[in-house]
Amino acid sequence: MIHTPMDKIAEATPEPLARKVRGLSDRAIAWIFVAPSIFLLLAVNIFPLIWTIRLSFTNYKVNRPNREIDFVGLRNYERILTDSDTWMTMQATAHFLIWTIVLQVLIGFALAYLLNMKFKGNDMWTTIIVFPMMLSPAVVGNFWTFLYQPQIGLFNYVVTFFTGGDPSSFSMIGDVQLASWAIVIVDTWMWTPFVMLICLAGLRSIPDSIYEAAECDRASKWRQFWTITIPMALPFLMLAVLFRGIENFKMFDLVVQLTGGGPGNTTTLTSIDLKREAFEKWRTGYSSAYAVTLFVTVFGLASIYVKALNKVKER
Amino acid sequence: MSFSVTEPSVATKWFAGTAVMLYAIITILPLMWIIATGFKSPADSIAYPPKVVFEPTLEGYVNLFTQRTRLNQDDLDALPPPETWYDEMVREQGQVITGRSRYGERFMNSVIIGFGSTFLCMVLGTAAAYAFSRFRVPLKDDLLFFILSTRMMPPIAVAIPIFLMFRQLGLNDTHLGMILLYTAVNLSLSVWLLKGFIDEIPVEYEEAALIDGYTRFQAFYKVVLPQAATGIASTAIFCLIFAWNEYAFAVLLTSGTAQTAPPFIPTIIGVGGKDWPAVAAGATIFLVPVMVFTILLRKHLLRGITFGAVRK
Repeated sequence: MIHTPMDKIAEATPEPLARKVRGLSDRAIAWIFVAPSIFLLLAVNIFPLIWTIRLSFTNYKVNRPNREIDFVGLRNYERILTDSDTWMTMQATAHFLIWTIVLQVLIGFALAYLLNMKFKGNDMWTTIIVFPMMLSPAVVGNFWTFLYQPQIGLFNYVVTFFTGGDPSSFSMIGDVQLASWAIVIVDTWMWTPFVMLICLAGLRSIPDSIYEAAECDRASKWRQFWTITIPMALPFLMLAVLFRGIENFKMFDLVVQLTGGGPGNTTTLTSIDLKREAFEKWRTGYSSAYAVTLFVTVFGLASIYVKALNKVKER
Repeated sequence: MSFSVTEPSVATKWFAGTAVMLYAIITILPLMWIIATGFKSPADSIAYPPKVVFEPTLEGYVNLFTQRTRLNQDDLDALPPPETWYDEMVREQGQVITGRSRYGERFMNSVIIGFGSTFLCMVLGTAAAYAFSRFRVPLKDDLLFFILSTRMMPPIAVAIPIFLMFRQLGLNDTHLGMILLYTAVNLSLSVWLLKGFIDEIPVEYEEAALIDGYTRFQAFYKVVLPQAATGIASTAIFCLIFAWNEYAFAVLLTSGTAQTAPPFIPTIIGVGGKDWPAVAAGATIFLVPVMVFTILLRKHLLRGITFGAVRK
């Protein structure tokens, strides 16, 4: 197994000296460097995941530790998929996901397009626009409940200032119809800059020469936009949608602070529902099955999406 | 100035600038409102129409850091005269200070857990990123994807077994438990970002060092680390901000000794009702450092939020 001159020298030298000559082998260093991280992730992520999967087949309840644990097979999963409340939750989540993504992509792309014109003060405005997404969603979400107050809230005041009407006539977070839009508005306010930054990177990656060539061919600006700008920025746009999709599927902190899932169940997104089952009703087995179902859904959808994204990139 | 066909006209630029400026002003308004509310008196904060011009006061900040109780006028008059300016301010509201509030503690918990997990995350992350960048690690792509996929799990979903595991190990509601947890959560970010930064450093530097008789390890910390300093610093700030803002695990796994500020701030109430100036004051102290970091980070922002997937 001895190949390099270094190894031959090392072989011929006494043990303590050999270590000095060779130091640690690259392979050993690679393992020493990677192992702690992998170990921590196994302990804090994978081990709990396996535990969740195991619990999902039982009727275990954390608040009754002395009760005998029964294996109930797939009954928890069966219950989740047939429960009409689950479908309500899924609908609320879908409404939230679709509208936040649509609005954020439209506004984010428009802003990026404008910013790409490189006017004066460009950087300063970008930094200001980016602030909301860096802040704690729970703390900011909590403060938005103040802005949404009927009568005294700034949001109602500004809206009725432009549309007329009485600011105390509607409550964004108390109304069954409006609450699902209240969370969409705050999430869009918070995360549009995220989509904007990614789109901006996409637009800046398009070389000027392509536009110059199009200009020589007398393509209209409109045509240039649809045949150059959009296709070339598409992979970036899709990446932004992937990130927002995963994040908003997990959404918890912002919405729990804003509406707490109410009024009724109108804004009970999956994570909020899961929290209630697991930490308020203490149905550990059932909620474990719920968690596994969610994880499989995200992972499955994300994998399909990434495949599509790679196809677009290859074009 | 040379003529370019792709350069937008002055009028277009002017229009774009105005539109972006308008959006920026609208988007910053809620944040300005938080900061302003912190300096309002409770009466001004709930005035209709909302007050833009008001007499600034530190009542919100005093209320944030103290616990108070309401006394009737006779009892107040019987007390010895107030000793400090904040005593006096509280007396004017018809209240007396009974003690210190929990805010300082919760804020310190955020600092300890934030910095602790960031430090640990950087040590583990830099080492792993270096190995992934420079060595042939078996199953490298799978391991890297595995590290990223840990980020896809909804926090509530992993919280159930972590709650059980921490209870078993006595880590529930402890600083150490939260530091380990946040380190694990942020590790995917730090490994992916740092691998990108280290990939950009030419291998030739290390090879030169190795030929000069450095060991691999010396080459790592004498050559690579200084070169990657900016990358490491911005990654650290990202980890710090994520740990700082985290809410789901904090609200489920901590309640007393290790509770951080995000679950605490929304629970602040005054004497007889929600004290919005105090909440806003608490939020301001908590949010402003992040705004400062955002300004410092602006060059690497895009890279950080996309896990290094998009580099400018």
